[in-house]
Amino acid sequence: MNRLLFEKTGKAIYISHLDTMAMFPRIFLRAGLHVKFTRGMSPHAYVSIALPLSVGTSSCCELLDFTLEEDNVPLETLPARLNPYFPAGIRVLSAYDSDRKIKELRYLRCTVTLEYDQGISDDGCRDIEALFRQDQILVEKKTKKGLAETDIRPMIESVHVSRISSGELALESLICAQNPSLNPQLLVGAIERYLPELAPDFAKAHRTEVFDESFQVFR
Amino acid sequence: MTDLINRILPRVQKPARYTGGEYNEIIKDKASTEVRIAFCFPDTYEIGMSNIGMRILYGILNEMDGVWCERMFAPWGDMEEEMRRHDLPLWALESHDPMEDFDLIAFSIGYEMAYSNVLNMLELGHIPLKSCDRGDDLKHIVFAGGTSVYNAEPMADFLDFCAVGEGEDLDVEIVECYRSAKRRGLSRREFLREVSKIPGVYVPSFYRHTYHEDGTIREIIPLDGAPETVTKRIVQDMDGAYYPTKTIVPSTQIVHDRTVLELFRGCIRGCRFCQAGFCYRPVRPKSPDRLYELAVASLENSGYDEMTLSSLSTSDYKKLGEFADRMLDYCIPRGINLSLPSLRADNFSVELMEKVQKVRKSGLTFAPEAGTQRLRDAINKNVTEEDILRSCSVAFAGGWNKVKLYFMLGLPTETDEDVIGIAELTYKVLKAWKEHSPNKSRGCTITVSTAFFVPKNGTPFQWEAQITPEEYLRRCALLKSKMPSKSIRYAYHPSDLSMLEAVLCRGDRKLCDVLLRAHELGCKMDGWTDYFQMDKWMQAFSDCGVDPAWYAQRERGRDEVFPWETVSIGISKKFFWREREAAYRSEITPDCRRQCTGCGADRLYQGGPCDE
Ligand code: SF4
Ligand code: SF4
Repeated sequence: MNRLLFEKTGKAIYISHLDTMAMFPRIFLRAGLHVKFTRGMSPHAYVSIALPLSVGTSSCCELLDFTLEEDNVPLETLPARLNPYFPAGIRVLSAYDSDRKIKELRYLRCTVTLEYDQGISDDGCRDIEALFRQDQILVEKKTKKGLAETDIRPMIESVHVSRISSGELALESLICAQNPSLNPQLLVGAIERYLPELAPDFAKAHRTEVFDESFQVFR
Repeated sequence: MTDLINRILPRVQKPARYTGGEYNEIIKDKASTEVRIAFCFPDTYEIGMSNIGMRILYGILNEMDGVWCERMFAPWGDMEEEMRRHDLPLWALESHDPMEDFDLIAFSIGYEMAYSNVLNMLELGHIPLKSCDRGDDLKHIVFAGGTSVYNAEPMADFLDFCAVGEGEDLDVEIVECYRSAKRRGLSRREFLREVSKIPGVYVPSFYRHTYHEDGTIREIIPLDGAPETVTKRIVQDMDGAYYPTKTIVPSTQIVHDRTVLELFRGCIRGCRFCQAGFCYRPVRPKSPDRLYELAVASLENSGYDEMTLSSLSTSDYKKLGEFADRMLDYCIPRGINLSLPSLRADNFSVELMEKVQKVRKSGLTFAPEAGTQRLRDAINKNVTEEDILRSCSVAFAGGWNKVKLYFMLGLPTETDEDVIGIAELTYKVLKAWKEHSPNKSRGCTITVSTAFFVPKNGTPFQWEAQITPEEYLRRCALLKSKMPSKSIRYAYHPSDLSMLEAVLCRGDRKLCDVLLRAHELGCKMDGWTDYFQMDKWMQAFSDCGVDPAWYAQRERGRDEVFPWETVSIGISKKFFWREREAAYRSEITPDCRRQCTGCGADRLYQGGPCDE
């Protein structure tokens, strides 16, 4: 299996997961390369992205699996060949062969930036940190059957709160990436629920790294 | 801290349509830009980005040095609400700068239902809606092009000027004129005077309309030496004309998410109800060599794996067979789909169909438009029942089992016999399926759809009355009662929208107030059933004391002065009248390829003769 590591930032964070998948085969075609097709009733170029990224979240650790039709193309040349053809904000960082299965991917590190238009005190910062040390953190989660309460604590490895500016805090979080996965926006949901007076005016998430179950970087 | 736009975007549906940043988007340096153009499409991103005209002009204008053309679209309701709540003005996708920062604000208006969006976009852009309120500074010049400007009178108060006809050459001349005016520090009025000297530019405020007591036009008076007639511009050399091969590839799905290749402009046919058929005359084809070159370059640049051949009546392209063969040789080994839409029943050839099938089996559509031969002759739709049944039989034998048939109700001279004729024709198609289908167990679906006929300006039916919505619905019910089969699905267009279209397309300046009022009442996105509110429109008419029936349901007299007469599409009123009389005799007029019937459009075409 061929794999790409790419980043999605800036204007590209609003491109949906499905649109991103649809885009890749076209990028290869622009570069004069071809992605292998699926078999079956309606064959199409097959690509697969690990861990769908929600609209509005940026990332510098996205993984895309594919198989190149051409077998004489050194994979390390792909970033330079593909990068001129992306929309603003998407860039391939590396390309390689991998036999590691995506299901071995276990943890995700991400930064959630909390923005407070009226500023945020050091006390507030401490209270938020204390919140994530509780034994149980219940948040409301949308499920097929409507709203349900879930305890997100078991899906959180660690959350460190640091100050970026007088009005911005960063939650450096290490959370479960899949089975079950935790949407980093739920960390904000927890603050809104337990510390409503510290609910931010805006929050955005950025994925920084993915790990396997022994906390080694997953590629 | 995150800016306002980026705080709003995660909350709205499909945010990628508001960001720009797509592949091949054009970004220029503001510091070295002399003229900034906001190219506005008064509908959603998904519709606007699917429009070839917009892509052509975006490309051409950005090829000009010192000129930067950016895109603006109408926001969907959720986004508009956010914009109004936070007082965030409409922005251009490229720079994210507000409309106020632009010199020229250019709208492409393809149909009347977009008028309310034009007003809404101007308001969201914080630009005064009426030209007379925009001051005398040389900025925020609002102009429009597109099919709607063949009668721009209902928009006369809001547009500083109109660019009539095809924009490839005209828009460049307009922008150069603006650039020179800006350098010389001219006022708005001085600029309008200069730009009105460019052939194809129509400045509504340079004409005074006076009315008879019955509301019809008495006289149109050109002021201060404005030209009596403004004739549409056309591209003289299609092969030499700019066509974009390096076009923006949207990062989110749009309506036509593929390469679109225009084979020719115009249509040889002259169906009497069809505004496009007359407005784009004369027919001007591109050569197969040029098309092949454009197709390959576009496909390779975009990475699309699908291409549509798009023209008014694609199957009338003289060298279609030769070109399709060449194209298929390119497409098939690469797994590229080639779809050929708008095939006409009368030259739907077996080979062509089989070739298309090699790549993908697309649905079959026919537009007989009327149910009986008599009425088809009256509207000059030169399709016979035999043609349709033959084409369908071949298709059914080849395994197709879905057919769509398009008709209109309310055509001039239509009787109940013609309405029932639709049902009869549909049953004959069903019978053809029973006789020819190799696999009847899969069943067959025939979808019949009827539109409510709108008499359009720029057609031989411009004098006609539209039937009332009640009468239209009666005919729909009659037709429905005649088609009880499980294999036949019948869908009819709602009547309100077509009635409003009939009012606006032949409207005069008295409708400017109605538009303004409708906008105040919240009308927008009229082409979308999610938004269209006929009751608001009716209120706007009554608030302004205007009777919509007078516009939609009134037959015009032979010599009546039409509100749009200053603008000429190059076809004489005499020709249209002759065609109208022929319609009443159910007489067909040969197509332009068989015989020139002297419509006058050849005078526009120095490169002529038509169709060569
Ligand atoms: S074939 Fe008839 S309906 Fe179609 S574009 Fe030409 S004139 Fe119009
Ligand atoms: S001038 Fe003759 S050939 Fe040309 S468009 Fe008119 S009718 Fe057709």
